[in-house]
Amino acid sequence: MPQRTVTVGSRSGLHARPASLFVQAAAKQPVKVTVARDGQPPVDARSLLSVLALGAQHGDTVVLAAEGDGAETAIEELAALIAADLDAKE
Amino acid sequence: MTALMTGIGVGSGSAAGPVARMAPPPALPAPRTVAGAEAAAEAAAVRAALCQVAADMEQRAAAAAGAAAEVLCAQALMAADPTLADRAAALVLDGTDGPHALAAAFGEFRAGLEAAGGYFAERVADLDDLRDRSVARLLGLPMPGLPDPGHPYVLVADDLAPADTALLDPATVLALVTQRGGPTSHTAILAKILGLPAVVGCQDAERLTDGRPVLVDGAAGTVEADPRPETVAEAAAREERRRRQAARTRGPGRTSDGHPVKLLVNLGALHELPAAAAADSEGVGLFRTEFLYLDRAQAPSLEEQTAAYREVFTAFAGRRVVVRTLDAGADKPLPFATAPDEQNPALGIRGLRTATRDPELLRTQLAAIAKAAEGSTAEVWVMAPMVSVPEEAADFAAAARAHGLRTAGAMVEVPAAALRAGAVARSCEFLSIGTNDLAQYAFAADRTLGSLAALLDPWQPALLDLIRMAAQAGERHGRPVGVCGEAAADPALALVLTGLGVTSLSAAPSCLGEVRAALAAHTLDDCRRLADRALAAPDAATARAEVLATLG
Repeated sequence: MPQRTVTVGSRSGLHARPASLFVQAAAKQPVKVTVARDGQPPVDARSLLSVLALGAQHGDTVVLAAEGDGAETAIEELAALIAADLDAKE
Repeated sequence: MTALMTGIGVGSGSAAGPVARMAPPPALPAPRTVAGAEAAAEAAAVRAALCQVAADMEQRAAAAAGAAAEVLCAQALMAADPTLADRAAALVLDGTDGPHALAAAFGEFRAGLEAAGGYFAERVADLDDLRDRSVARLLGLPMPGLPDPGHPYVLVADDLAPADTALLDPATVLALVTQRGGPTSHTAILAKILGLPAVVGCQDAERLTDGRPVLVDGAAGTVEADPRPETVAEAAAREERRRRQAARTRGPGRTSDGHPVKLLVNLGALHELPAAAAADSEGVGLFRTEFLYLDRAQAPSLEEQTAAYREVFTAFAGRRVVVRTLDAGADKPLPFATAPDEQNPALGIRGLRTATRDPELLRTQLAAIAKAAEGSTAEVWVMAPMVSVPEEAADFAAAARAHGLRTAGAMVEVPAAALRAGAVARSCEFLSIGTNDLAQYAFAADRTLGSLAALLDPWQPALLDLIRMAAQAGERHGRPVGVCGEAAADPALALVLTGLGVTSLSAAPSCLGEVRAALAAHTLDDCRRLADRALAAPDAATARAEVLATLG
């Protein structure tokens, strides 16, 4: 199954605006993408509450995974969002 | 048929309009077991309720702007969360009824956010709001939170919390009426900030239903249901005269014979800053800093505080800004500053006392204020809340000086500080009397209890005695003495305070015009005579009546 490890780039962590943008982007993907933190069970990337509950701070790493047609592209697009500093875009 | 209801009036204006009630959060019905076909229907209803709430939040987000819109957007995403809906539906299919399934599913995510801590834990209030809305949708109950009838309205509620009122739009809310609350409750303070007439502690308000026309008179403390059109027209004409009169005098506060009384504004949040800075005032007499600390798991950083203070000092360039250091505890508990096990929080570790237990909180705050004051032309003063003995004032002033803040003062809110005001005044640079807490402690009357409102009346002669002690001590030692409680907002009482020797008055921006006009119409000797009359009265009602009679 395609997966990728990414470091959270937003200063406030995967929270507020960065988390909302990430979840909205995940909902647009043709495949279900999951996100997980160090060995914890993966959660649905379309679930804002689950993503917030990861408590991922700036500099933490998360693992994205997906399966099926378009999985690679979906992971790539979402990984770019996690790595970017989304707080900087006002 | 007109009906007259009475309560405690706030402000001196009046307004008429239709009632819109704020519904309380829905209560969960008794649990029941759902089974078979009913469970499938109930699960579908639960999903539909969540979808509707998500749509409501999206609609509200589209109508809002800035930070408020962002919060509402995030709430819409939370309500539309597929994992949340799946969990609630699964609980229903296991036999739980819809409302309890929703409450349980929200509860699980709430625990998850709390466990994540920090910023993440600060979202639990949003989640609680969504839970209440979803349950109300499912049960067909009125939506909790501020009403949105699509036209201006008189807001009627059991009571208002700071969280409810942050979203309140003065363009659509004409007046406030609450069943509970006293003259110094959050509702009363908010009404003054927004310049809205209000009647609090109005027990009959429970009879007011949505759409019923009412006339709210803040000066008289009355709510008239189904008023006659002539009555409404008279009130509107009176209101117009009052506004014109308040707008007539401008500039620094002074009596007709030129005795200066500084007129300052109270400031409690950055969103109030534009209106506060635009008001005709000589600065900020009370800058409450709690807003920086509320709804958080940890204290704000030095940088964050510095940025907020700098914003205020810039808006008030060339004017005075009196910053009150953190006043946590009692009605404003903070997870990192308040002990959870106090039997009597109003008499516990609050105000300056939190600095004894956690010196770092005060040190960081003073450092941030000093840093923000660097290079600013604002005249920055700092003062400590809840000073009880002179030594505390001296320690605070020394700590402020160590950070380069030269003008440090003490609030007089504890009767002991008023009784020993001379020694307190000698220990620092100025005094500021917080009449709300001073009344609460002098009369042993909880300021949040509407039923004790009579004891908390700022016209109480015993309270005026304590104010006079502090004012005279300040005069003897050459220290300014301000008043920054609700008392300063009443034009007649402002004259009495001036007569007692108070040198500055700080109130909500919307109240200053009337206070300025009253001062400009009287000499200092007039004020002293009014003060003598009030002090000689046997009770608050007589004091007020005699002063108003003298003023004609």
